[in-house]
Amino acid sequence: MDAFVAALMIFVLAIFLGFEIITKVPPTLHTPLMSGSNAISGITLVGALVSTGLESPTLTTVLAFSAVFFATVNVVGGFLVTHRMLAMFRRKK
Amino acid sequence: MNDSYINLCYVIASAFFIIGLRGLTHPRTAVRGNLLGGLGMLIAIVVTLFSKGVVNWEFIVAGLVLGTVVGIILAIKIQMTAMPELVAIFNGFGGVASILVAGATLAQTLAVNPTPDVQMILATVASGLIGAVTFFGSLIAFGKLRGIVSGNAILFPGRHVINGLLFLAAIGVAIMMVMSPDNLLGYWLLVAIGCTLGILLVVPIGGADMPVVIALLNSYSGIAAAATGFVLGNNVLIVAGSLVGASGIILTQIMCKAMNRSLANVMFAGVGAESSSTGGPSADDVYEGKIKSTTAEEVAMLLEGVRKVVIVPGYGMAVAQAQHAVRTLSNMLEEEGVEVDFAIHPVAGRMPGHMNVLLAEADVPYDKLREMDDINPAFAQTDVAIVIGANDVVNPVARTDPQSPIAGMPILDVDQAKTVIMIKRSLSPGFAGIPNPLFALDNTLMFFADGREAIQDIIAAIKDQ
Repeated sequence: MDAFVAALMIFVLAIFLGFEIITKVPPTLHTPLMSGSNAISGITLVGALVSTGLESPTLTTVLAFSAVFFATVNVVGGFLVTHRMLAMFRRKK
Repeated sequence: MNDSYINLCYVIASAFFIIGLRGLTHPRTAVRGNLLGGLGMLIAIVVTLFSKGVVNWEFIVAGLVLGTVVGIILAIKIQMTAMPELVAIFNGFGGVASILVAGATLAQTLAVNPTPDVQMILATVASGLIGAVTFFGSLIAFGKLRGIVSGNAILFPGRHVINGLLFLAAIGVAIMMVMSPDNLLGYWLLVAIGCTLGILLVVPIGGADMPVVIALLNSYSGIAAAATGFVLGNNVLIVAGSLVGASGIILTQIMCKAMNRSLANVMFAGVGAESSSTGGPSADDVYEGKIKSTTAEEVAMLLEGVRKVVIVPGYGMAVAQAQHAVRTLSNMLEEEGVEVDFAIHPVAGRMPGHMNVLLAEADVPYDKLREMDDINPAFAQTDVAIVIGANDVVNPVARTDPQSPIAGMPILDVDQAKTVIMIKRSLSPGFAGIPNPLFALDNTLMFFADGREAIQDIIAAIKDQ
């Protein structure tokens, strides 16, 4: 239970922190914000890697392997496409 | 590696995510911010590979390599106009990853401990359910944006009752799982319910409301990741997931506010259904005998010697791929000494910031893209407003008719410009399904053409002068 409460504490604090930061993002960057934050939510990959690595029945490993695949697409594609977009934003010369 | 060191690295990764998101608060720092976020992710992934008990290397490497290849291809091939689809599908992938990780972890936990604690089960339930709604909701949103699924709001009778029952069923299964956790089937049943809910919730939402839906699903994908963090007792998942959850919620709120509608109205009211009758004046009443159409030559003449031009892009500009032509026109005008600005409505396009990305792609500097509240006072001093592919967001009815479906929605006050040029293929209504009296105003000229062709014709006509 203690571990759960500690995790809950982190969750709540991170939500508040997220609100504070994201409200400052200007509308012109909202699309990169979505794709970039989406890439960050691919952090599930960390969990997927642990599950895949463990010794377990084949079915479980296959599930975890699929999770690694989907999360990796999410992470790699997300950061890359965000970079592509952000590189296009220029000021007046 | 010792668990404490791994956790220490997760702290560093979380810090990079936060610093990275902070970088996104300004275009100057945004590129670096995104790279720092990526660095945080790399750190988290690499240290995870050093966890104890990792044996199935071939599966890990195969998953990473395949995912990287597909991710790179998608990110490089995608056209900027199709960005909403890509974000929708990435959201979905995040959701399905959460389902699978929670499912696999539950199976692995049950193998060693048939009675896991309640918190773990609840987190697994949340992860699977939210992940499933995100996954299938995103697939439907993707389908609607691509035109595979009808962009209209598809309404079916009793949908609220069905959704309500499904939700109750999900709660029932969740309770059952807490009572007897040693039951993997329950989990997959829950996922199936979540998938169905995801489909049924998004199908009745119209295409132009997709900015809200995508923002909301973005939030869900973050919350699903955070829930997975609770399942695994992994703090970096919790931090990253909640940051994304918060981001999506804020964007959802901004979008709803920009339409003067509540989230409940967007989600459940079925706005944009084919048959929705709106009352109000008919198109014939509004337009009869008052529409003046124009030509490229006339527009070129009008643009001669003006001081200020404002270009108002909408989803139609994206559909016509007209952003590069628009940029060329704006360059030509600026060379003549005309002041050119772009007025961006918050819900123009199919996702938040869609227009900004398209215009950035066409090399329009971001300081020329002005937000609604910033540009609205300037319309009174504007000689020519060129509206390309926007409709409801410039409909003055929002200000005048409290019965209208868009009543109270903040709009761009283009009607206050000296001359308005509407580039549009026909008089067809926008998403709200109502006629736009702007078209019939004395100072409005309709240019009936495809957006890109129209702009190219205007450019040619200016050159001919």
